[in-house]
Amino acid sequence: MKISDEHLKELEGEAIFVMREVAAQFEKKVILFSGGKDSIVLVHLAKKAFWPAKMPFSLLHIDTGHNFEETLRFRDDLSKELGVELIVRLVQDSIDQGKVREETGVNASRNKAQSITLLNAIEELRIDVAVGGGRRDEEKARAKERFFSHRNEFGQWDPKNQRPELWNIFNGHKNMGEHFRVFPISNWTELDVWQYILKEKIRLPELYYTHRRRIFERNGVFLAWAPFMQLKPTEKVFETDVRCRTIGDITCTGVTLSNADNLEDIISEIAATRVTERGGRYDDKRSEAAMEDRKKEGYF
Amino acid sequence: MGINGKNEYKSLLRFTTAGSVDDGKSTLIGRLLYDSKSIFEDQMDHIVESSKRLGKEEVDLSLLTDGLRAEREQGITIDVAYRYFATPERKFIIADTPGHIQYTRNMVTGASTADLAVILVDARKGVLEQTIRHTFIASLLDIRHIIFCINKMDMLAYAEDVFTRIKENLAILSSELKIEDIHFIPISAKYGDNVVHSSENMKWYQDKTFLKLIETIEIRKDKNSNGARFPVQAVIRPLSEIHHDYRGYAGRVAGGIFSKGDAITILPTMIRSKISGIDVMEKSLDKALNGDSVTITLEDQVDVSRGNLIVKENELPESGQEINMMICWFNEMPLKVGGKYIVRNYSNETACLIKSVGYKMNINTLEKETGNYEIGMNDIANITIRTAKPLFYDSYKKNNITGSLIIIDEGTNETVAAGMIE
Repeated sequence: MKISDEHLKELEGEAIFVMREVAAQFEKKVILFSGGKDSIVLVHLAKKAFWPAKMPFSLLHIDTGHNFEETLRFRDDLSKELGVELIVRLVQDSIDQGKVREETGVNASRNKAQSITLLNAIEELRIDVAVGGGRRDEEKARAKERFFSHRNEFGQWDPKNQRPELWNIFNGHKNMGEHFRVFPISNWTELDVWQYILKEKIRLPELYYTHRRRIFERNGVFLAWAPFMQLKPTEKVFETDVRCRTIGDITCTGVTLSNADNLEDIISEIAATRVTERGGRYDDKRSEAAMEDRKKEGYF
Repeated sequence: MGINGKNEYKSLLRFTTAGSVDDGKSTLIGRLLYDSKSIFEDQMDHIVESSKRLGKEEVDLSLLTDGLRAEREQGITIDVAYRYFATPERKFIIADTPGHIQYTRNMVTGASTADLAVILVDARKGVLEQTIRHTFIASLLDIRHIIFCINKMDMLAYAEDVFTRIKENLAILSSELKIEDIHFIPISAKYGDNVVHSSENMKWYQDKTFLKLIETIEIRKDKNSNGARFPVQAVIRPLSEIHHDYRGYAGRVAGGIFSKGDAITILPTMIRSKISGIDVMEKSLDKALNGDSVTITLEDQVDVSRGNLIVKENELPESGQEINMMICWFNEMPLKVGGKYIVRNYSNETACLIKSVGYKMNINTLEKETGNYEIGMNDIANITIRTAKPLFYDSYKKNNITGSLIIIDEGTNETVAAGMIE
């Protein structure tokens, strides 16, 4: 059977077009890099958009300090390989400087605190565009976002009053102090991302493939155990075969019981799943409009 | 094995929903996703819970797309929501747009990238002003396929004559607007009649269900096929050791086909050259098709920069500084005749002055009104602009990339209008 890749080609064409518009319309440009598959795909698209020249972006990682070790190694290797500047800003620094109050308790997460560290980095480095791997299929507030999403001088998103965005004509005009978030893979689904990774043979952290790990269950979600995680008395740590469906802050990223050790198997697994990717994300479960509220404050 | 397990890659269909307030657009999308088993368990749990919290007796499927707090509170759609789903036949990108006149600009945003428009009509109310407005906007945006869903048939005892009457009215409207491909389906989005499953209540309707129709409808792909166009987005000059002399022009093909060896003309300079290479990273291609993002290299070292348009030598576009177009105005501040704005046509931006208003469309009668030059929010009008430097363009009907533009307010940076060149 001949494989046609019509839809992936169209999505890639669109995303590369957006990358090039970003490069042309802004001065200080960063790709928000978390070490997750979506940001890895973004970096691949940026490489493709400007080849053989170097991509005109730096990578910005907002580091909560609660990482999977391997993600950090992967991040460092990738930026070195591409010869692209890597900027890391630590949530811990924001906490130490008193800009953020650390959450406490068993469900404590630094997820929300990241917004503040991010906005501070944007101000400090005079970043006028931050390119993110957000996809509209991830979450209902994300489903409302434009490709070029305007942020006011406080870094806020105004979802009720977004600029019209016609065809593929992107208006990046702004005043001093304002910035844009741009989402080149807005129209990609989780499955599209995986198919693209397979098609383009993009290297990923091993965490996405099955491996032995110590985990525990909380409210129906399996979480990876780490020394800084607080366990409730009823929660038991055990070891089994899992893989990450998304990679983010370790305290709120669920893992999936899986034996998939190659891309074809992962794709079959995702095609058959009945739960969304963010179904395992603890940060979205906090309230009805958790994502919308965080985004208004300046979240990714 | 296909790449996603069982199936090979599929074609992509982008469609938009439109229609008046409370016609059930979001409910239709919710029903479509629900009955085609495209709603995930955690999403379903979520809307069941939200429905309860909002005091609804039944599960409200519209909550699936009305994702903003303000939308859920008020039970209306404010901005476009994009949804994605796939069946074994096709992949779909849905732009679920608002019906309120106040949010027309968001409807236009959603519709501007669609191949197909689904327009809902409340069977109890028939054709309303917003039905006409949205149908008109769809035709203005050159969406060539329209499906009219006559919804809420359950509230009129699924009566065939109601459907037939509305269908006749819509057929007249469509022929006035010269829309080529139209379809009519009687549905109940709330109960699912003719959405995914054939209706037990409307045996008199023998045609395709909504899902079957969108899975099988043939989309004309000949748009922008006339005249090869390549707007230059960026100049690629690596100046590295290995690629020291590389000089490429990055862009996305906006019409036609470019092949290696093609003789081309660069606008506005009118310099001629030949295509020496078409690159996508290390891959060198023979051809670049409409929609492909590539980097083109030329045989000669010539002056090319962002905003330039590369065309095939014998396929020159139109050019000029006085340009006539249809616009949809988006801003609270009315259009100022004599006012200065920024105009953006593909990657090319320049200053412009609004020279005159030709006419304003009366949406109710579809008549062209002259003498009234107050163009306010959501108005559709014909205007002429004068640009600071010549533009190189096509008519929107010929090419919806080189034929479209946006108007930006210099003071507020807002996109105040969408323009379709006549």
